[in-house]
Amino acid sequence: MTSEMTPKMNDALKQGVAELARSLARKDFTSVELTRAYLERIDQHNPELNAYVTVTGEQALAQAQAADQARAAGTAAPYAGIPFAHKDIFCTSGVRTACGSRMLDNFIAPYDATVVEKMRQAGMVMLGKTNMDEFAMGSSNETSWYGPVKNPWNHTLVPGGSSGGSAAAVAAHLCPAATATDTGGSIRQPASFCGLTGIKPTYGRVSRWGMIAFASSLDQAGVLTRSAEDAAILMQMMSGFDPKDSTSVDVPVPDYLATLDQPLKGLRIGLPKQHFAVGLNPEVEKQIRAALSEFEKQGAVLKEISLDNSHLSVSAYYVLAPAEASANLSRYDGVRFGYRCDKPVDLEDMYKRTRGEGFGDEVKRRIMIGTYALSAGYYDAYYIKAQKVRRLIKDDFDRAFREVDVIMGPTSPHTAFPLGSKTKDPVTMYLEDIYTIAVNLAGLPGLSVPAGLVNGLPIGLQIVGRDFSEAQLLNLAHRFQQATDWHTHTPGV
Amino acid sequence: MALELKDIAYIAHLARLQLGAAEQSEALSRITNILSMIDQMQAVDTAGVEPLAHGFDASQRLRDDVVTETNQRDLLLKLAPSVDQGLFLVPKVLE
Repeated sequence: MTSEMTPKMNDALKQGVAELARSLARKDFTSVELTRAYLERIDQHNPELNAYVTVTGEQALAQAQAADQARAAGTAAPYAGIPFAHKDIFCTSGVRTACGSRMLDNFIAPYDATVVEKMRQAGMVMLGKTNMDEFAMGSSNETSWYGPVKNPWNHTLVPGGSSGGSAAAVAAHLCPAATATDTGGSIRQPASFCGLTGIKPTYGRVSRWGMIAFASSLDQAGVLTRSAEDAAILMQMMSGFDPKDSTSVDVPVPDYLATLDQPLKGLRIGLPKQHFAVGLNPEVEKQIRAALSEFEKQGAVLKEISLDNSHLSVSAYYVLAPAEASANLSRYDGVRFGYRCDKPVDLEDMYKRTRGEGFGDEVKRRIMIGTYALSAGYYDAYYIKAQKVRRLIKDDFDRAFREVDVIMGPTSPHTAFPLGSKTKDPVTMYLEDIYTIAVNLAGLPGLSVPAGLVNGLPIGLQIVGRDFSEAQLLNLAHRFQQATDWHTHTPGV
Repeated sequence: MALELKDIAYIAHLARLQLGAAEQSEALSRITNILSMIDQMQAVDTAGVEPLAHGFDASQRLRDDVVTETNQRDLLLKLAPSVDQGLFLVPKVLE
Protein backbone atom coordinates (compact mmCIF):
# COMPACT_ATOMS: atom_id res chain seq x y z
CA MET A 1 0.00 0.00 0.00
CA THR A 2 2.20 2.81 -1.23
CA SER A 3 0.50 5.85 -2.62
CA GLU A 4 1.37 9.50 -2.88
CA MET A 5 -0.14 11.35 0.06
CA THR A 6 -2.55 13.98 -1.27
CA PRO A 7 -1.90 17.55 -0.12
CA LYS A 8 -5.23 17.41 1.73
CA MET A 9 -4.19 14.39 3.81
CA ASN A 10 -0.70 15.79 4.25
CA ASP A 11 -2.31 18.81 5.83
CA ALA A 12 -4.61 16.59 7.93
CA LEU A 13 -1.57 14.97 9.53
CA LYS A 14 -0.51 18.38 10.86
CA GLN A 15 -3.80 18.97 12.67
CA GLY A 16 -4.24 18.49 16.39
CA VAL A 17 -7.20 16.88 18.14
CA ALA A 18 -9.38 20.02 18.32
CA GLU A 19 -8.83 20.86 14.67
CA LEU A 20 -9.38 17.27 13.53
CA ALA A 21 -12.74 17.25 15.30
CA ARG A 22 -13.79 20.28 13.25
CA SER A 23 -12.43 18.82 10.00
CA LEU A 24 -14.21 15.52 10.52
CA ALA A 25 -17.46 17.31 11.41
CA ARG A 26 -17.16 19.36 8.19
CA LYS A 27 -16.46 16.12 6.30
CA ASP A 28 -13.20 17.53 4.89
CA PHE A 29 -12.04 13.93 5.03
CA THR A 30 -13.25 10.73 6.67
CA SER A 31 -11.78 8.99 9.68
CA VAL A 32 -10.86 6.05 7.43
CA GLU A 33 -8.88 8.38 5.13
CA LEU A 34 -7.21 9.98 8.13
CA THR A 35 -6.40 6.65 9.76
CA ARG A 36 -4.96 5.29 6.49
CA ALA A 37 -2.79 8.40 6.15
CA TYR A 38 -1.44 7.88 9.68
CA LEU A 39 -0.80 4.18 9.11
CA GLU A 40 1.16 5.02 5.95
CA ARG A 41 3.21 7.61 7.77
CA ILE A 42 3.92 5.16 10.59
CA ASP A 43 5.02 2.59 8.00
CA GLN A 44 7.37 5.13 6.53
CA HIS A 45 8.99 6.55 9.68
CA ASN A 46 8.56 4.07 12.51
CA PRO A 47 11.35 1.69 11.42
CA GLU A 48 13.80 4.56 12.03
CA LEU A 49 12.20 6.14 15.14
CA ASN A 50 10.97 2.95 16.91
CA ALA A 51 8.18 4.93 18.56
CA TYR A 52 5.54 2.22 18.19
CA VAL A 53 6.10 -1.36 19.34
CA THR A 54 2.73 -2.55 18.03
CA VAL A 55 0.65 -1.08 15.21
CA THR A 56 -3.00 -2.16 15.22
CA GLY A 57 -3.90 -1.19 11.65
CA GLU A 58 -6.82 -3.53 11.12
CA GLN A 59 -8.57 -2.67 14.37
CA ALA A 60 -7.87 1.02 13.76
CA LEU A 61 -9.53 0.94 10.36
CA ALA A 62 -12.54 -0.91 11.80
CA GLN A 63 -12.86 1.72 14.56
CA ALA A 64 -12.50 4.48 11.97
CA GLN A 65 -15.18 2.95 9.80
CA ALA A 66 -17.53 2.70 12.79
CA ALA A 67 -16.87 6.38 13.56
CA ASP A 68 -17.59 7.38 9.95
CA GLN A 69 -20.87 5.45 10.01
CA ALA A 70 -21.87 7.06 13.30
CA ARG A 71 -21.06 10.46 11.84
CA ALA A 72 -23.16 9.78 8.73
CA ALA A 73 -26.03 8.71 11.00
CA GLY A 74 -25.62 11.85 13.12
CA THR A 75 -24.84 9.86 16.27
CA ALA A 76 -21.06 10.40 16.47
CA ALA A 77 -19.50 11.61 19.72
CA PRO A 78 -17.61 14.93 19.27
CA TYR A 79 -14.16 13.34 18.98
CA ALA A 80 -15.15 10.08 17.30
CA GLY A 81 -12.79 8.98 14.57
CA ILE A 82 -9.70 10.80 15.82
CA PRO A 83 -6.60 8.58 15.84
CA PHE A 84 -4.21 8.42 18.78
CA ALA A 85 -1.79 5.98 20.44
CA HIS A 86 -1.63 4.29 23.84
CA LYS A 87 1.55 3.88 25.84
CA ASP A 88 2.18 0.14 26.04
CA ILE A 89 1.60 0.23 29.81
CA PHE A 90 -2.20 0.27 29.42
CA CYS A 91 -3.88 -3.11 29.09
CA THR A 92 -5.67 -3.39 25.75
CA SER A 93 -7.98 -6.36 25.38
CA GLY A 94 -6.78 -8.79 22.70
CA VAL A 95 -3.67 -6.72 21.94
CA ARG A 96 -0.18 -7.44 23.28
CA THR A 97 0.63 -5.27 26.29
CA ALA A 98 4.36 -5.69 26.96
CA CYS A 99 5.27 -2.65 29.11
CA GLY A 100 8.67 -2.53 27.43
CA SER A 101 9.64 -5.87 28.96
CA ARG A 102 10.66 -9.30 27.75
CA MET A 103 8.64 -10.53 30.75
CA LEU A 104 5.40 -9.50 29.01
CA ASP A 105 6.49 -9.93 25.39
CA ASN A 106 3.85 -12.67 24.96
CA PHE A 107 1.15 -11.08 27.14
CA ILE A 108 -2.16 -10.47 25.38
CA ALA A 109 -4.16 -8.43 27.87
CA PRO A 110 -7.47 -10.10 28.73
CA TYR A 111 -9.21 -6.80 29.50
CA ASP A 112 -9.15 -3.07 28.81
CA ALA A 113 -7.73 -0.53 31.25
CA THR A 114 -10.31 2.05 32.36
CA VAL A 115 -8.46 4.71 30.36
CA VAL A 116 -8.60 2.49 27.26
CA GLU A 117 -12.29 1.83 27.81
CA LYS A 118 -13.02 5.56 28.17
CA MET A 119 -11.20 6.48 24.96
CA ARG A 120 -12.97 3.67 23.13
CA GLN A 121 -16.34 4.96 24.40
CA ALA A 122 -15.43 8.39 23.05
CA GLY A 123 -14.92 6.83 19.60
CA MET A 124 -11.18 7.49 19.46
CA VAL A 125 -9.21 5.30 17.05
CA MET A 126 -6.20 3.48 18.52
CA LEU A 127 -3.34 3.31 16.00
CA GLY A 128 -1.11 1.19 18.21
CA LYS A 129 0.98 0.90 21.36
CA THR A 130 4.05 3.03 21.98
CA ASN A 131 7.53 2.11 23.15
CA MET A 132 8.62 2.92 26.71
CA ASP A 133 11.29 2.23 29.30
CA GLU A 134 10.86 -1.23 30.79
CA PHE A 135 8.05 -1.04 33.38
CA ALA A 136 8.40 2.76 33.03
CA MET A 137 11.76 2.66 34.83
CA GLY A 138 13.97 5.09 32.98
CA SER A 139 14.37 8.67 31.78
CA SER A 140 15.57 8.05 28.22
CA ASN A 141 13.56 5.13 26.80
CA GLU A 142 16.81 3.15 26.63
CA THR A 143 15.78 0.37 29.04
CA SER A 144 13.09 -0.94 26.68
CA TRP A 145 13.33 -4.61 25.61
CA TYR A 146 12.31 -3.30 22.17
CA GLY A 147 15.28 -0.98 21.83
CA PRO A 148 15.68 2.77 22.20
CA VAL A 149 13.46 5.40 20.58
CA LYS A 150 15.06 8.20 18.59
CA ASN A 151 14.22 11.83 19.22
CA PRO A 152 12.50 13.14 16.04
CA TRP A 153 14.34 16.46 16.47
CA ASN A 154 17.72 14.75 16.16
CA HIS A 155 18.05 11.02 15.71
CA THR A 156 21.24 10.78 17.79
CA LEU A 157 19.39 12.02 20.89
CA VAL A 158 17.01 10.38 23.35
CA PRO A 159 13.32 11.41 23.36
CA GLY A 160 13.25 11.29 27.17
CA GLY A 161 11.44 8.66 29.18
CA SER A 162 9.75 6.69 30.26
CA SER A 163 7.02 7.79 27.82
CA GLY A 164 9.58 8.21 25.02
CA GLY A 165 7.61 6.32 22.36
CA SER A 166 4.48 8.39 22.96
CA ALA A 167 6.49 11.63 22.84
CA ALA A 168 8.37 10.71 19.66
CA ALA A 169 5.17 9.55 17.96
CA VAL A 170 3.34 12.81 18.69
CA ALA A 171 6.34 15.01 17.83
CA ALA A 172 6.93 13.18 14.51
CA HIS A 173 3.22 13.36 13.64
CA LEU A 174 2.81 9.60 13.78
CA CYS A 175 -0.34 10.40 15.81
CA PRO A 176 -1.93 13.67 16.96
CA ALA A 177 -1.84 12.70 20.65
CA ALA A 178 -0.87 9.82 22.92
CA THR A 179 -1.50 8.60 26.42
CA ALA A 180 1.45 8.45 28.82
CA THR A 181 2.23 7.87 32.48
CA ASP A 182 4.39 9.71 35.00
CA THR A 183 5.87 8.29 38.22
CA GLY A 184 8.78 10.74 38.60
CA GLY A 185 8.70 12.83 35.41
CA SER A 186 7.89 10.34 32.65
CA ILE A 187 5.36 12.59 30.91
CA ARG A 188 6.89 16.01 31.58
CA GLN A 189 10.54 15.29 30.71
CA PRO A 190 9.76 13.67 27.31
CA ALA A 191 7.37 16.59 26.64
CA SER A 192 10.27 18.95 27.31
CA PHE A 193 12.72 17.00 25.11
CA CYS A 194 10.29 16.62 22.18
CA GLY A 195 8.60 20.06 22.24
CA LEU A 196 5.17 18.89 23.42
CA THR A 197 2.52 19.74 25.95
CA GLY A 198 2.43 17.03 28.62
CA ILE A 199 0.26 16.89 31.71
CA LYS A 200 0.53 14.65 34.75
CA PRO A 201 -2.69 15.18 36.68
CA THR A 202 -3.18 15.02 40.44
CA TYR A 203 -2.67 11.56 41.92
CA GLY A 204 -6.06 9.82 41.80
CA ARG A 205 -7.52 12.02 39.04
CA VAL A 206 -7.22 9.32 36.34
CA SER A 207 -7.92 5.66 37.05
CA ARG A 208 -4.90 3.38 37.36
CA TRP A 209 -7.03 0.27 36.78
CA GLY A 210 -5.43 -1.76 34.01
CA MET A 211 -2.33 0.44 34.00
CA ILE A 212 0.62 -1.83 34.76
CA ALA A 213 1.93 -0.84 38.19
CA PHE A 214 5.43 0.48 38.86
CA ALA A 215 5.14 2.52 42.09
CA SER A 216 1.50 2.63 43.06
CA SER A 217 1.57 5.68 45.34
CA LEU A 218 3.24 7.76 42.60
CA ASP A 219 2.00 6.43 39.20
CA GLN A 220 -0.46 8.62 37.35
CA ALA A 221 -1.72 8.67 33.76
CA GLY A 222 -1.89 11.72 31.51
CA VAL A 223 -1.34 12.78 27.91
CA LEU A 224 1.20 14.14 25.44
CA THR A 225 -0.21 16.51 22.82
CA ARG A 226 0.81 19.41 20.60
CA SER A 227 -1.34 21.99 22.42
CA ALA A 228 -2.93 22.69 25.79
CA GLU A 229 -6.34 22.68 24.13
CA ASP A 230 -5.78 19.11 22.91
CA ALA A 231 -4.58 18.10 26.36
CA ALA A 232 -7.77 19.58 27.84
CA ILE A 233 -9.92 17.54 25.46
CA LEU A 234 -8.17 14.28 26.30
CA MET A 235 -7.98 14.93 30.04
CA GLN A 236 -11.75 15.46 29.97
CA MET A 237 -12.14 12.00 28.42
CA MET A 238 -9.72 10.19 30.74
CA SER A 239 -10.44 11.76 34.13
CA GLY A 240 -12.94 10.78 36.76
CA PHE A 241 -13.71 8.51 39.66
CA ASP A 242 -13.35 4.78 39.08
CA PRO A 243 -14.61 2.37 41.75
CA LYS A 244 -12.23 -0.25 40.33
CA ASP A 245 -9.17 1.78 41.42
CA SER A 246 -9.09 2.02 45.21
CA THR A 247 -6.94 5.17 45.06
CA SER A 248 -9.17 6.92 42.54
CA VAL A 249 -10.48 10.17 44.00
CA ASP A 250 -14.17 11.03 43.93
CA VAL A 251 -13.93 14.71 43.02
CA PRO A 252 -16.05 16.13 40.16
CA VAL A 253 -14.20 16.79 36.88
CA PRO A 254 -14.64 20.41 35.78
CA ASP A 255 -15.11 21.43 32.15
CA TYR A 256 -11.46 21.94 31.16
CA LEU A 257 -12.25 23.66 27.84
CA ALA A 258 -14.57 26.19 29.48
CA THR A 259 -11.79 27.91 31.45
CA LEU A 260 -8.95 27.74 28.89
CA ASP A 261 -9.17 31.45 28.07
CA GLN A 262 -9.49 32.87 31.57
CA PRO A 263 -7.35 35.97 32.10
CA LEU A 264 -4.26 35.70 34.31
CA LYS A 265 -4.37 39.09 35.99
CA GLY A 266 -3.22 38.91 39.60
CA LEU A 267 -1.93 35.33 39.32
CA ARG A 268 0.92 34.74 41.76
CA ILE A 269 3.69 32.58 40.30
CA GLY A 270 6.29 31.08 42.62
CA LEU A 271 9.81 30.45 41.32
CA PRO A 272 11.64 27.92 43.50
CA LYS A 273 15.18 29.23 43.91
CA GLN A 274 16.41 25.60 44.00
CA HIS A 275 15.18 25.14 40.41
CA PHE A 276 17.26 28.08 39.15
CA ALA A 277 20.49 27.06 40.87
CA VAL A 278 23.74 25.39 39.85
CA GLY A 279 23.17 22.62 37.31
CA LEU A 280 20.67 24.51 35.19
CA ASN A 281 21.98 25.16 31.69
CA PRO A 282 22.28 29.00 31.37
CA GLU A 283 20.70 29.03 27.91
CA VAL A 284 17.73 27.04 29.23
CA GLU A 285 17.45 29.49 32.13
CA LYS A 286 17.41 32.45 29.73
CA GLN A 287 14.53 30.95 27.75
CA ILE A 288 12.61 30.05 30.89
CA ARG A 289 13.00 33.62 32.22
CA ALA A 290 11.73 34.93 28.88
CA ALA A 291 8.72 32.61 29.11
CA LEU A 292 8.03 33.84 32.63
CA SER A 293 8.04 37.44 31.47
CA GLU A 294 5.28 36.48 29.04
CA PHE A 295 3.12 35.59 32.04
CA GLU A 296 4.09 38.88 33.68
CA LYS A 297 2.95 40.73 30.56
CA GLN A 298 -0.44 39.10 31.02
CA GLY A 299 -0.72 40.42 34.56
CA ALA A 300 0.88 37.68 36.65
CA VAL A 301 3.26 38.46 39.50
CA LEU A 302 6.53 36.55 39.96
CA LYS A 303 7.81 35.75 43.42
CA GLU A 304 10.86 33.79 44.52
CA ILE A 305 10.02 30.91 46.85
CA SER A 306 11.99 28.15 48.51
CA LEU A 307 11.34 24.41 48.47
CA ASP A 308 13.89 23.71 51.19
CA ASN A 309 13.95 19.94 50.88
CA SER A 310 13.75 19.61 47.12
CA HIS A 311 17.38 18.45 46.93
CA LEU A 312 16.29 15.34 48.87
CA SER A 313 13.48 14.38 46.51
CA VAL A 314 15.61 12.13 44.28
CA SER A 315 17.05 10.35 47.34
CA ALA A 316 13.64 9.70 48.89
CA TYR A 317 12.15 8.70 45.54
CA TYR A 318 14.84 6.08 44.90
CA VAL A 319 13.87 4.37 48.14
CA LEU A 320 10.09 4.63 47.84
CA ALA A 321 9.62 3.89 44.14
CA PRO A 322 11.90 0.82 44.14
CA ALA A 323 10.30 -0.40 47.39
CA GLU A 324 6.85 -0.24 45.81
CA ALA A 325 8.21 -1.72 42.58
CA SER A 326 9.79 -4.67 44.36
CA ALA A 327 6.38 -5.53 45.79
CA ASN A 328 4.43 -4.85 42.57
CA LEU A 329 6.80 -6.85 40.38
CA SER A 330 6.71 -9.90 42.64
CA ARG A 331 3.67 -10.99 40.60
CA TYR A 332 5.92 -11.93 37.67
CA ASP A 333 6.66 -15.48 38.72
CA GLY A 334 6.36 -17.47 35.50
CA VAL A 335 3.22 -19.23 36.70
CA ARG A 336 0.10 -17.41 35.54
CA PHE A 337 1.17 -15.24 32.59
CA GLY A 338 4.23 -13.80 30.89
CA TYR A 339 7.67 -15.25 30.39
CA ARG A 340 8.85 -18.55 31.88
CA CYS A 341 12.43 -19.81 31.65
CA ASP A 342 13.24 -22.97 29.74
CA LYS A 343 13.31 -26.34 31.56
CA PRO A 344 13.26 -25.25 35.24
CA VAL A 345 14.63 -27.93 37.55
CA ASP A 346 12.53 -26.89 40.53
CA LEU A 347 10.23 -24.12 41.71
CA GLU A 348 12.97 -21.83 43.03
CA ASP A 349 15.01 -22.26 39.86
CA MET A 350 11.90 -21.37 37.87
CA TYR A 351 11.26 -18.17 39.85
CA LYS A 352 14.88 -17.07 39.76
CA ARG A 353 15.66 -17.76 36.12
CA THR A 354 12.26 -16.53 34.91
CA ARG A 355 12.86 -13.21 36.68
CA GLY A 356 16.59 -13.09 35.97
CA GLU A 357 16.00 -13.58 32.23
CA GLY A 358 12.65 -11.79 31.91
CA PHE A 359 13.68 -8.48 33.54
CA GLY A 360 16.33 -6.11 32.20
CA ASP A 361 19.24 -4.70 34.23
CA GLU A 362 17.56 -1.49 35.41
CA VAL A 363 14.43 -3.28 36.57
CA LYS A 364 16.49 -5.86 38.45
CA ARG A 365 18.52 -3.08 40.06
CA ARG A 366 15.42 -1.32 41.31
CA ILE A 367 13.86 -4.53 42.58
CA MET A 368 17.06 -5.17 44.55
CA ILE A 369 17.20 -1.64 45.98
CA GLY A 370 13.56 -1.95 47.02
CA THR A 371 14.10 -5.40 48.50
CA TYR A 372 17.09 -4.10 50.46
CA ALA A 373 15.24 -1.00 51.71
CA LEU A 374 12.37 -3.14 52.95
CA SER A 375 14.51 -5.91 54.45
CA ALA A 376 14.89 -6.57 58.17
CA GLY A 377 17.33 -4.15 59.78
CA TYR A 378 17.12 -1.50 57.03
CA TYR A 379 13.40 -0.75 56.97
CA ASP A 380 13.58 2.18 59.40
CA ALA A 381 16.82 3.62 58.05
CA TYR A 382 15.61 3.65 54.47
CA TYR A 383 11.90 3.16 53.98
CA ILE A 384 10.54 5.01 57.01
CA LYS A 385 13.20 7.71 56.67
CA ALA A 386 12.21 8.26 53.03
CA GLN A 387 8.55 8.51 54.00
CA LYS A 388 9.45 11.17 56.56
CA VAL A 389 11.39 13.10 53.92
CA ARG A 390 8.36 12.73 51.68
CA ARG A 391 6.33 14.53 54.37
CA LEU A 392 8.89 17.36 54.50
CA ILE A 393 8.70 17.74 50.72
CA LYS A 394 4.92 17.82 50.80
CA ASP A 395 5.01 20.41 53.63
CA ASP A 396 7.31 22.62 51.49
CA PHE A 397 4.67 22.70 48.74
CA ASP A 398 1.84 23.35 51.23
CA ARG A 399 3.81 26.31 52.60
CA ALA A 400 4.55 27.63 49.11
CA PHE A 401 0.91 27.44 48.06
CA ARG A 402 -0.05 29.73 50.93
CA GLU A 403 1.98 32.47 49.19
CA VAL A 404 1.53 31.68 45.50
CA ASP A 405 -1.08 30.14 43.17
CA VAL A 406 1.22 28.09 40.95
CA ILE A 407 4.91 27.18 40.79
CA MET A 408 6.97 27.49 37.61
CA GLY A 409 10.46 26.62 36.48
CA PRO A 410 12.33 24.49 33.97
CA THR A 411 11.06 20.94 33.42
CA SER A 412 14.58 19.66 32.82
CA PRO A 413 17.98 21.31 33.41
CA HIS A 414 18.93 20.86 29.73
CA THR A 415 17.80 19.77 26.27
CA ALA A 416 17.68 16.13 25.08
CA PHE A 417 20.99 14.29 25.60
CA PRO A 418 22.77 11.82 23.26
CA LEU A 419 21.69 8.18 23.13
CA GLY A 420 23.98 6.06 25.28
CA SER A 421 25.50 8.99 27.18
CA LYS A 422 23.97 8.22 30.61
CA THR A 423 23.33 4.49 30.53
CA LYS A 424 26.61 3.64 32.30
CA ASP A 425 25.79 5.59 35.44
CA PRO A 426 22.31 5.16 36.91
CA VAL A 427 22.77 8.07 39.33
CA THR A 428 23.28 10.67 36.57
CA MET A 429 20.20 9.22 34.85
CA TYR A 430 18.20 9.51 38.10
CA LEU A 431 19.21 13.16 38.50
CA GLU A 432 17.47 13.83 35.17
CA ASP A 433 14.22 14.13 37.11
CA ILE A 434 15.54 16.62 39.67
CA TYR A 435 12.75 19.19 39.02
CA THR A 436 9.89 16.78 38.45
CA ILE A 437 10.15 14.05 41.10
CA ALA A 438 9.03 16.11 44.12
CA VAL A 439 5.72 16.76 42.37
CA ASN A 440 4.95 13.01 42.31
CA LEU A 441 5.99 12.60 45.95
CA ALA A 442 3.49 15.32 46.88
CA GLY A 443 0.78 13.97 44.54
CA LEU A 444 0.39 17.34 42.80
CA PRO A 445 -0.50 18.02 39.15
CA GLY A 446 2.27 19.18 36.82
CA LEU A 447 2.43 20.23 33.22
CA SER A 448 5.26 20.90 30.78
CA VAL A 449 4.76 23.37 27.96
CA PRO A 450 7.19 24.15 25.11
CA ALA A 451 8.94 27.38 26.07
CA GLY A 452 11.78 27.89 23.64
CA LEU A 453 14.55 26.36 21.58
CA VAL A 454 18.19 26.05 22.61
CA ASN A 455 20.51 25.19 19.72
CA GLY A 456 17.47 24.11 17.75
CA LEU A 457 16.17 21.77 20.47
CA PRO A 458 12.99 22.25 22.49
CA ILE A 459 12.85 23.01 26.20
CA GLY A 460 9.89 22.87 28.56
CA LEU A 461 8.47 25.14 31.24
CA GLN A 462 7.04 23.18 34.16
CA ILE A 463 3.87 24.47 35.83
CA VAL A 464 2.85 22.89 39.14
CA GLY A 465 -0.46 23.58 40.86
CA ARG A 466 -2.45 22.71 43.94
CA ASP A 467 -4.36 19.41 44.16
CA PHE A 468 -6.93 19.11 41.36
CA SER A 469 -5.90 22.36 39.66
CA GLU A 470 -5.65 20.76 36.20
CA ALA A 471 -8.08 23.32 34.77
CA GLN A 472 -5.79 26.11 35.92
CA LEU A 473 -2.63 24.48 34.53
CA LEU A 474 -4.32 23.97 31.16
CA ASN A 475 -5.59 27.55 31.26
CA LEU A 476 -2.07 28.93 31.87
CA ALA A 477 -0.53 26.72 29.19
CA HIS A 478 -3.23 27.73 26.71
CA ARG A 479 -2.80 31.46 27.42
CA PHE A 480 0.93 31.04 26.94
CA GLN A 481 0.36 29.25 23.64
CA GLN A 482 -1.97 32.03 22.46
CA ALA A 483 0.87 34.50 22.97
CA THR A 484 3.82 32.39 21.74
CA ASP A 485 4.41 29.89 18.95
CA TRP A 486 6.92 27.50 20.57
CA HIS A 487 4.38 24.66 20.55
CA THR A 488 3.97 24.99 16.78
CA HIS A 489 7.64 24.25 16.03
CA THR A 490 8.02 20.72 14.75
CA PRO A 491 11.01 18.54 13.85
CA GLY A 492 11.56 17.75 10.18
CA VAL A 493 11.55 14.00 11.11
CA MET B 1 26.85 0.02 55.82
CA ALA B 2 29.05 -0.77 52.79
CA LEU B 3 27.59 -3.57 50.69
CA GLU B 4 29.63 -6.63 49.75
CA LEU B 5 29.15 -9.24 47.05
CA LYS B 6 27.56 -11.63 49.52
CA ASP B 7 24.94 -8.98 50.35
CA ILE B 8 24.08 -8.65 46.66
CA ALA B 9 23.74 -12.42 46.41
CA TYR B 10 21.45 -12.43 49.45
CA ILE B 11 19.27 -9.56 48.17
CA ALA B 12 19.01 -11.25 44.76
CA HIS B 13 17.92 -14.41 46.53
CA LEU B 14 15.27 -12.55 48.55
CA ALA B 15 13.98 -11.01 45.31
CA ARG B 16 14.20 -14.38 43.50
CA LEU B 17 16.50 -13.03 40.79
CA GLN B 18 19.14 -15.19 39.15
CA LEU B 19 22.29 -13.09 38.59
CA GLY B 20 25.50 -14.31 36.95
CA ALA B 21 28.89 -13.52 38.54
CA ALA B 22 29.53 -10.56 36.23
CA GLU B 23 26.02 -9.24 36.84
CA GLN B 24 26.56 -9.47 40.59
CA SER B 25 29.72 -7.42 40.61
CA GLU B 26 28.19 -4.83 38.31
CA ALA B 27 25.12 -4.70 40.56
CA LEU B 28 27.40 -4.20 43.57
CA SER B 29 29.17 -1.16 42.13
CA ARG B 30 26.04 0.46 40.75
CA ILE B 31 23.85 -0.17 43.77
CA THR B 32 26.65 1.12 46.03
CA ASN B 33 26.63 4.38 44.04
CA ILE B 34 22.86 4.62 44.20
CA LEU B 35 22.84 4.03 47.96
CA SER B 36 25.40 6.76 48.52
CA MET B 37 23.12 9.16 46.60
CA ILE B 38 20.18 7.94 48.70
CA ASP B 39 22.16 8.42 51.92
CA GLN B 40 22.10 12.21 51.41
CA MET B 41 18.72 12.10 53.08
CA GLN B 42 20.25 10.69 56.28
CA ALA B 43 21.70 14.14 56.99
CA VAL B 44 18.31 15.78 57.46
CA ASP B 45 16.72 15.81 60.90
CA THR B 46 13.35 14.06 60.77
CA ALA B 47 12.77 13.68 64.50
CA GLY B 48 9.05 14.03 65.19
CA VAL B 49 8.08 13.93 61.51
CA GLU B 50 5.24 11.54 60.69
CA PRO B 51 5.98 9.23 57.73
CA LEU B 52 3.87 10.00 54.63
CA ALA B 53 2.78 6.98 52.60
CA HIS B 54 0.54 8.77 50.15
CA GLY B 55 0.37 12.32 48.81
CA PHE B 56 -2.99 13.06 50.45
CA ASP B 57 -2.68 10.92 53.56
CA ALA B 58 -5.72 9.09 52.18
CA SER B 59 -6.84 5.85 53.72
CA GLN B 60 -7.97 2.75 51.89
CA ARG B 61 -11.51 2.98 50.53
CA LEU B 62 -13.70 -0.03 51.33
CA ARG B 63 -16.43 -1.57 49.22
CA ASP B 64 -19.19 -4.09 49.86
CA ASP B 65 -18.02 -7.67 49.96
CA VAL B 66 -19.78 -8.83 46.79
CA VAL B 67 -18.63 -10.66 43.67
CA THR B 68 -17.72 -8.18 40.94
CA GLU B 69 -15.70 -10.36 38.57
CA THR B 70 -17.19 -12.77 36.07
CA ASN B 71 -15.69 -16.23 35.63
CA GLN B 72 -13.05 -16.01 32.90
CA ARG B 73 -11.12 -19.13 33.78
CA ASP B 74 -10.52 -20.36 30.24
CA LEU B 75 -9.43 -16.94 28.94
CA LEU B 76 -7.01 -16.45 31.84
CA LEU B 77 -5.58 -19.97 31.68
CA LYS B 78 -4.73 -19.35 28.03
CA LEU B 79 -2.18 -16.75 29.19
CA ALA B 80 -0.26 -19.20 31.36
CA PRO B 81 2.98 -20.86 30.19
CA SER B 82 1.87 -24.30 31.32
CA VAL B 83 -1.58 -25.62 32.27
CA ASP B 84 -3.31 -28.96 32.51
CA GLN B 85 -7.00 -29.72 33.14
CA GLY B 86 -7.72 -26.20 34.34
CA LEU B 87 -4.68 -25.98 36.62
CA PHE B 88 -1.46 -23.96 36.46
CA LEU B 89 1.53 -26.28 36.26
CA VAL B 90 4.81 -25.66 38.10
CA PRO B 91 7.85 -27.90 38.58
CA LYS B 92 7.38 -30.67 41.11
CA VAL B 93 7.40 -29.30 44.69
CA LEU B 94 6.98 -32.52 46.69
CA GLU B 95 8.96 -35.70 46.07
